[in-house]
Amino acid sequence: MAEHDMSDKPRGVTIANPWTHLRKHTPARIALGRTGVSLPTTEHLAFQLAHARARSAVHHAIDLPKLAQDLARFGPVVEVQSAAPDRPAYLQRPDLGRKLSAESAAKLAAEVKGPFDVAFVIADGLSAFAIEKNIVPFLEAMLAVSDKAGWSRAPLILAGQGRVALGDEIGAIIGARMVVMLIGERPGLSSPDSLGIYLTYGPRVGLTDEARNCISNVRSEGLSYAEAAYKLHYLASEALKRSLSGVNLKDDAEVLPKPDGEAAGNFLLDGPKG
Amino acid sequence: MAGYAYVSGHERYVFRDLKDLMAKATPLRSGDLLAGLAAGDDTERAAAQLALADVPLGVFLQEMVVPYETDEVTRLIIDSHDAEAFKAVSHLTVGGFRDWLLSDHATTEALAKLVPGLTPEMVAAVSKIMRVQDLVMVAKKCRVVTKFRNTIGLEGRMATRLQPNHPTDDAAGIAASIVDGLLYGNGDAVIGINPATDSIGQVTSLVQMLDGIISRYEIPTQSCILTHVTTTIEAINRGAPVDLVFQSIAGTEAANKSFGIDLKILKEGYEAGLSLKRGTVGDNVMYFETGQGSALSANAHHGVDQQTIEARAYAVARPFKPLLINTVVGFIGPEYLYDGRQIVRAGLEDHFCGKLLGLPMGCDICYTNHAEADQNDMDVLLTMLGVAGINFIMGIPGSDDVMLNYQTTSFHDALYVRRVLGLKPAPEFEAWLKAQEIFAAGDQVSLGPDVPRAFRRAIAAE
Repeated sequence: MAEHDMSDKPRGVTIANPWTHLRKHTPARIALGRTGVSLPTTEHLAFQLAHARARSAVHHAIDLPKLAQDLARFGPVVEVQSAAPDRPAYLQRPDLGRKLSAESAAKLAAEVKGPFDVAFVIADGLSAFAIEKNIVPFLEAMLAVSDKAGWSRAPLILAGQGRVALGDEIGAIIGARMVVMLIGERPGLSSPDSLGIYLTYGPRVGLTDEARNCISNVRSEGLSYAEAAYKLHYLASEALKRSLSGVNLKDDAEVLPKPDGEAAGNFLLDGPKG
Repeated sequence: MAGYAYVSGHERYVFRDLKDLMAKATPLRSGDLLAGLAAGDDTERAAAQLALADVPLGVFLQEMVVPYETDEVTRLIIDSHDAEAFKAVSHLTVGGFRDWLLSDHATTEALAKLVPGLTPEMVAAVSKIMRVQDLVMVAKKCRVVTKFRNTIGLEGRMATRLQPNHPTDDAAGIAASIVDGLLYGNGDAVIGINPATDSIGQVTSLVQMLDGIISRYEIPTQSCILTHVTTTIEAINRGAPVDLVFQSIAGTEAANKSFGIDLKILKEGYEAGLSLKRGTVGDNVMYFETGQGSALSANAHHGVDQQTIEARAYAVARPFKPLLINTVVGFIGPEYLYDGRQIVRAGLEDHFCGKLLGLPMGCDICYTNHAEADQNDMDVLLTMLGVAGINFIMGIPGSDDVMLNYQTTSFHDALYVRRVLGLKPAPEFEAWLKAQEIFAAGDQVSLGPDVPRAFRRAIAAE
């Protein structure tokens, strides 16, 4: 009781909540305070800004030629496009984002010839920001691990207006045993730039989500690049060993050690009552 | 079946069968366009609505939109239909049914008696020829009351699910959102977590944590971990203190199969939940979630429009007497409901259809950042559903779900709708809020000035 006054504090007509210190436990928007029973102006407008940023993440177009330049140091790069011609079509027709344009399919078949152990496909998905911010540091961590494992790898493939399953067609055309889709996730209000990773063994058109393993929330404030690379290496090694991915691989992956520093403490139940 | 037609002068609109007619009569939404089922233009849609209005309700018991032989949901609907209850409206067409529902004959008591006589297809059909105000007017007359540790769905009351999700299920992070929610007067429908990790160990430890909080602070509410029903059954077998058994459900056997469930598994979950006898004022132990588009998403829609399939999901819920059923209306994304206008209409349709079928409807009034929607659209839907008498809504800190990455109604939003419409929480929970002085005394919804005594030490010790 000494360190916290337990009355809501009026600041003019708005009222602050005396539990703002609990924010250290969660990124959730707790202890926003109130005016009457409504959101104070500051918090209301902060939300509007966050929403505008998340919307920009969805509609921001990926600059594939520039990205290709940035990634050239990792080896050869090939650019492709899905069958979705633009963003509105991409958002309303998920089926188009899951297949290559006829031109790109022909280009891949002509230019990239496997077999490969693994193909890394990089797609804008629902957030090009996620790729722009995270792809270089993630590839630095991951390709070192991948090369150390001795996997033969396809050229990096950059895909515009792509959804996760686009990797299935790409992997099948070029002859990859595994495809790793690195894709911008659906932006959250507090995380507009989150990278998702999907591993699929034996990629072919028509696979669904239960055939994949997912590593989510890869970004500087979320799962670290090193940790994501570690998890992906574990899953991909198992996938190659067992010739499968997806639900049947998942159970084993869950025994991975938890990130450290996560005590199970809960202040509502610790200590005496009252 | 010979098909259906509408003729106006020399113009003739023909519809292949009942499901084609229903799809084309459906107010515009992106999911039906994606499935290739929607009307070609507004005129064809209006013609389909006129033709649908002339279809006798009895036809819905003869012509199945999903085959009886291959779909257990259709079998459930037909085999459990109560012909005696249906008699009150059996002479009506869809258009006549709309008139009857809006008439003074359709009292709260008459609508309650009619419940077992209605099928989801009849209810979906009439909703397609109703305006928003019709959907509100009729739903408001329906009353569905359910109980576990409190009483939900009484007139003049609205409950909230406190949704304290955290990206890594951190116990203190979840507790922080629970404190925030309770002190803003939320959580009477359920304290319900979507776990980031679905393992049995994680689910069990979250169930225990919520049980600990509800017992220690003597909160008249119930907990739920929104994980697969088979995981919850396993947790119950291992002795976890489960209040509500959760499952996402859809309106066809094939879509449910894609969720890894069927009616038999749901029955097992229901019986496992009942076996614990943890309810104090009632034994409604199930919590279901649904949402337009889930069947198409699983490629299991049988050429039926997404709103009709959604209404069929309520028939799946009916035998299991849920405490709560929640349509997560804007969650899947713009390929099913493109913008605020489509989301608002869909939320009101779902609430109407569920209530006519006798279910305790709530709504996750929500949108994603790739939909053409914002907080203003949610305010409209929230207010309309409050007027329509919704049983419960979601409550989350500042509308931002930091685990699922979407926006739903906030703790503040619930207080707004309580205040403008005079809606109170569940009576048992309201008494607790007042005893804790979280709500100030008096009739208007106001928050007290202090942190309740019971929570002071825990918060201060931080």
